[in-house]
Amino acid sequence: MTGILFRKFLSENKIVALLIVVALIWALFGYLTYNTDTGVSGFLTARNFSNLLRQMAITGMLAAAMVFVIVAGEIDLSVGSLLGLLGGIAAILDAVYGWPLAGTIAFVLLAGAALGLMNGWLTSYLGIPSFIVTLGGQLAFRGAVLGLTGGITIAPVSPGLKYIGQGYLPGWLGNGCAILLFAVLLFMAIRTRRKRLLHNLKVPTPVMEAAKLLGTGLLILGFVLVLNSYQGIPVPVLLLLFVLAVFTVIAKGTVFGRYIYAAGSNSEATRLSGVNVNLVKMSVFGLMGLMAALAGLTTTARLAAGTPSAGFGGELDAIASCFIGGTSMRGGVGSVIGALVGALIMASLDNGMSMLGVDTFWQQIIKGIILVIAVYLDIISSGVKRL
Amino acid sequence: MSESFLLEMKNISKSFSGVKALDGIHLQVRPGECVGLCGENGAGKSTLMKVLSAVYPHGTWDGEIFWEGRELKATSIRETERAGIAIIHQELMMVPHLSVAENIFLGNEISNHGFLDYDAMNARAQELLAKLNVHDINPALPVLNYSGGKQQLIEIAKALNKNAKLLILDEPTSALTSSEIRTLLDLIKRFKADGMACVYISHKLEEVAEIADTVTVIRDGTHIGTQPMAELTTASIVTMMVGREMKNLYPKEDHAIGEVILEARNITCWDVTNPERKVVDNVSLTIRKGEILGIAGLVGAGRTELVSTLFGAYPTAHQGTIHLDGQEVSIKTPRDAVRAGICMVPEDRKKSGILPIIGVGHNMTISVLSRFARFGLIDEHEELAQIQAEIIRLKIKTADPMLPIASLSGGNQQKAVLSKMMLPEPRVLILDEPTRGVDVGAKYEIYKLIFALAKTGVAVLMVSSELPEVLGISDRVLVIGEGQLRGDFVNDNLTQEQVLAAAIGHAAQVA
Repeated sequence: MTGILFRKFLSENKIVALLIVVALIWALFGYLTYNTDTGVSGFLTARNFSNLLRQMAITGMLAAAMVFVIVAGEIDLSVGSLLGLLGGIAAILDAVYGWPLAGTIAFVLLAGAALGLMNGWLTSYLGIPSFIVTLGGQLAFRGAVLGLTGGITIAPVSPGLKYIGQGYLPGWLGNGCAILLFAVLLFMAIRTRRKRLLHNLKVPTPVMEAAKLLGTGLLILGFVLVLNSYQGIPVPVLLLLFVLAVFTVIAKGTVFGRYIYAAGSNSEATRLSGVNVNLVKMSVFGLMGLMAALAGLTTTARLAAGTPSAGFGGELDAIASCFIGGTSMRGGVGSVIGALVGALIMASLDNGMSMLGVDTFWQQIIKGIILVIAVYLDIISSGVKRL
Repeated sequence: MSESFLLEMKNISKSFSGVKALDGIHLQVRPGECVGLCGENGAGKSTLMKVLSAVYPHGTWDGEIFWEGRELKATSIRETERAGIAIIHQELMMVPHLSVAENIFLGNEISNHGFLDYDAMNARAQELLAKLNVHDINPALPVLNYSGGKQQLIEIAKALNKNAKLLILDEPTSALTSSEIRTLLDLIKRFKADGMACVYISHKLEEVAEIADTVTVIRDGTHIGTQPMAELTTASIVTMMVGREMKNLYPKEDHAIGEVILEARNITCWDVTNPERKVVDNVSLTIRKGEILGIAGLVGAGRTELVSTLFGAYPTAHQGTIHLDGQEVSIKTPRDAVRAGICMVPEDRKKSGILPIIGVGHNMTISVLSRFARFGLIDEHEELAQIQAEIIRLKIKTADPMLPIASLSGGNQQKAVLSKMMLPEPRVLILDEPTRGVDVGAKYEIYKLIFALAKTGVAVLMVSSELPEVLGISDRVLVIGEGQLRGDFVNDNLTQEQVLAAAIGHAAQVA
């Protein structure tokens, strides 16, 4: 009986199930990297936690937008190459032409959005399947970055650009952000509850609600304390949290977001409801391009150089993160936070196995197996067979 | 048994989750005989044929089937095919990219040590087609190169290859041109002369009259009668098909009818798969404020195509102009239509009506979301208030407005879809089969909604295959047959017989 209740709880709160998986993975790596001499486990240090989050930030940015693409019933295989191309452009503008930072950022973001919109236009208005369009893009964008950079690394980039990828927020600012975030969450929870009560809708019991808020608060507190005990919140992580917030609002609170989910649930019915489905899908690809640009900037900044191979395979990591995070291959279902936790799981595996000195080939095999198992667990827990 | 029947179906009954679809049906076919099977949409004809061909295997229905004097207890289509029963479905079951010969031999390939023997298959296909007097089909070309009529002949060749003794044709001519129909009917006559039996299911009674020897009529899953065609006329078949008493299921309310609001002129649509065939042929219509206009006709007559064109949703070639308040409007997409004040509840709820995994409430507001939004951000409070008001107004039964709509019953889903298309406050509301798959109670509520809308001056255009429904609520009835306007009747003592006769083209006249 409790087993059934627990399963029901998990299928309704998928994110909790995913976090349990994260905790299990961390516990495992914590155990395996435990050093009996120092009494410290290498995996569970503030420093490693900070590294881990920085590692997942780039995949996370791509995954956040990829969720929308997949929810809309499409796919984007070009983002890894697009990231490389835009990162390369950023490096060239910054290091070779000495553009001001703001100019570089603006240009790269615009270029990303434009290339994404192009993918979307080819898919929705010309009717070429997105799989084909973006597979072509994957080749073409990678070719373009090789041509632009001449196949060599472009370095060094300016300190300003570097800060985006390598900087940390000072401790007091980090604390401030955390307090602000919690205040916003508290305010929203109270508002939602009042609204639902006003409309005689079911609300969680006050205890439940308080527990949820308390849990979230503790999570934020722990997060900030741990990061501050090292060097502070890394800038890419802050960017990712900002992306998470914006994309979650888009998904849950905007007309555009509702149209994305509707189009993914039943494209024909959405069109017959008077929604311009083509425009919605094209815009989703535009957003994807914008995020590829942000990820490209972050990558270049983190490496302090533009390399022609940057972002190689990044699309697969992003797609895998979405699926681990419960996004449905058939479209219509998926959450941004889920995809980010998916990215966190992938990054944890990478980080932990590297620390243990597992061979790269084993790392890939294990990640592949985990992806398949994760989706299978999702299928059995939601109780619906996807044929 | 006094007579030797090829096929005898006795007392066939079949239920779907407690609802009787067939109730004690008999059907007998002698060798070399053609039996016409007639009945209204949903009478149970296709279900009966599925029982016969073991789509519903032995044991899932009651009754007995005797084939060549022995009881047949088939559990798969393969078994019935081996016995010699071939069924040609309304929608052709062809693999479009495979060649004609490959389709004919699908599942019965001629092979040589595991390798396909194309020469033998092509030659045999040519032979089979020659038997059908068809000489202009190349067996090596993909099926998609041929029109619906030719594909039908290919299906028949496939049946011949399996040595069929009984050919079942389910609405074989609904997608054919008149010359293709001629070819098919002549072919069936030749088969009869050669001793092959045939069951011919069709709404087109003049075709039935031409080739059937006996006619069996079923209605609402019950057996109405079997008589030799010689004793029947198309008119008497119509009476047998309809013969249902009209109960007062329709909460008719008075409503004022105003001036003309929408006028469609010379609408013509071409078939999606057969671009030479017109599915709607030069139809013009007008509808007035507050008027309920019923569009009757048989399935496949072109009604859905006609109304989708008005809504900007017809996917392929079409012509014609649409005028609102006397002004020509350009409606190229459903979005244009909704903005102009025309909304449509589509025929196939599952395919084009609901957003299955989205909540009921969000399904209802999808067309008017911008109403609740400021700078693209939805005010959930306002939206919820509207949703709740609609749920109460339409009596939608749902535990929570956020439950996925797919988990609701058909009637409640349909009410939500109706609500979605009523919220934009259309001036013309098109309803395509609004009560299909909806239980009686929900039907009644939907009718009440239609009358309430008409009272407020909305023009309602309702396509329905249920004649009692069309007659029960319409002010005026248009009859469409084979893509053409066959009748325009004021609903004043109008009878089902008149409408059906017009639809079938029997005594076609425009009143």
